[in-house]
Amino acid sequence: MSRKPYIRPIPKTSWYMRDGRYKRYMLREVTCVFIGAYTGVLTMGLLRLSQGKEAYEAFLQAMNTPSAIVFHILALLFAVYHSTTWFNVTPQAMPIMKGDDFLPGKVIVTAHYAGWAVVSLFILLVVGI
Amino acid sequence: MAKSHKPIVWGPFAAGGTFAAFFNPVLILVTGILVPLGLLSGDVLSYTRAHEFAGGWIGKLILFAFVALPAWHAAHRLRITVHDFGVRADILVAVLVYASAALATVVAIVSLLAI
Amino acid sequence: MSTKRTITFEVMRYRPESDAEPSYQTYSVPCEQEWVVLDALLYIKDNLDTTLSFRWSCHMAVCGSCGMIVNGEPMLSCKAFLRDYPDVIRVEPLTNFPIERDLVIVMDDFITKLASIKPYIIPKEERKVEQGEYLQTPVQLKKFKQYTLCINCLLCYAACPQYGLVPEFVGPAALALAHRYNLDSRDNGRSQRQEIAASHDGVWECSFVGACSEVCPKHVDPAGAIQQTKIASTMDYFLGFLQGGS
Ligand code: SF4
Repeated sequence: MSRKPYIRPIPKTSWYMRDGRYKRYMLREVTCVFIGAYTGVLTMGLLRLSQGKEAYEAFLQAMNTPSAIVFHILALLFAVYHSTTWFNVTPQAMPIMKGDDFLPGKVIVTAHYAGWAVVSLFILLVVGI
Repeated sequence: MAKSHKPIVWGPFAAGGTFAAFFNPVLILVTGILVPLGLLSGDVLSYTRAHEFAGGWIGKLILFAFVALPAWHAAHRLRITVHDFGVRADILVAVLVYASAALATVVAIVSLLAI
Repeated sequence: MSTKRTITFEVMRYRPESDAEPSYQTYSVPCEQEWVVLDALLYIKDNLDTTLSFRWSCHMAVCGSCGMIVNGEPMLSCKAFLRDYPDVIRVEPLTNFPIERDLVIVMDDFITKLASIKPYIIPKEERKVEQGEYLQTPVQLKKFKQYTLCINCLLCYAACPQYGLVPEFVGPAALALAHRYNLDSRDNGRSQRQEIAASHDGVWECSFVGACSEVCPKHVDPAGAIQQTKIASTMDYFLGFLQGGS
């Protein structure tokens, strides 16, 4: 009997709708849009800072508009999602052997979260919250 | 099969991703929300203080890292995301995203050196 | 007193000699409480429809041949307990592979890729029998043990969207096995395997969706193996620059 294998088509632009874990993956990937846009904002800030007081203060003004604040709230949510998804997989990418055994993944993840908290609190203290 | 040159862009992607994971949430919170809403007591982002901070070498280095590392992270991830959404123009997309990251890097360096 | 539960199975059928494309056939199966999906398929084959084709062998999650998509999720059908499922269960052949017939997929592509990464020890030093065995400490074994547990069931390939979109991708299990031999203290074949693993179609086609590791019935964690290979390949690459090589 001759063979006639059937290949099921995969929709190139909507494959991720099939599965919850694919959707979560895409959400994780989309965080880069906000990380990238925020980087653009920071770059702009540096440029304006180098152009003198007036230019810089106009930049600060622009940061104080409702749309800028809405953008930053969204960016914050996506950035937090990026951080959690990034830290949660560190034991897979960088397992650590201690003595005769692997360090439990939970320890590695917790250490990252702790480091994240320390760094964030430190910066908040420095800027004088 | 030839070894891939992906490490050139993946290295900065991974380093930038780690850096962004630690720093970006708090940075966004401070510069984009707390300061504009006037929720911080001091005037951290005022021209004088920002200029003073960016004037020193340590400040320059920190600010450079804040911009350049996440830029390369975002650029590489965006390249893959665009492919995931079904756009099959990888070379063009790669040129665009990496050129943007390079532009941000250069602008950051030039601006910082001018302060 | 009957403890039987009637479950409707919607099974994907594809008969290459008569069908242009697959379709679903429905079977009503009186199931025992402790059955798995594979038991129900065997009941269908024995009592309802002898033409239904599927692969299976050990019935105990060791042989790796009964992988199927059960209600959308890649599963070993011998490990998919009916008590965890509703009264309608949809069974399909593993996604991302061509269908040979009914629930049987064509796995040639995987076999070629598996062979290409040389999944065997390429010894550091040739030893004669008189010289005795290659010794290995428990810690050295621990480093790669998890990756030896792979049963080639291909659930990871069925779960991997990148393999579906880019069929050239070497894929999770083969790359995890390359990593397994690379980590083996008796092995010296890493540079040969890197020819494939560090190529464009190797680890670099992976975007760390992580689905492979979530569906793996043996907790091999191929996604972890691939990320570790990416890190090691990146180190190689930059060290190569420092040493002036390529
Ligand atoms: S890695 Fe896991 S899911 Fe993939 S073939 Fe091996 S046992 Fe199956």
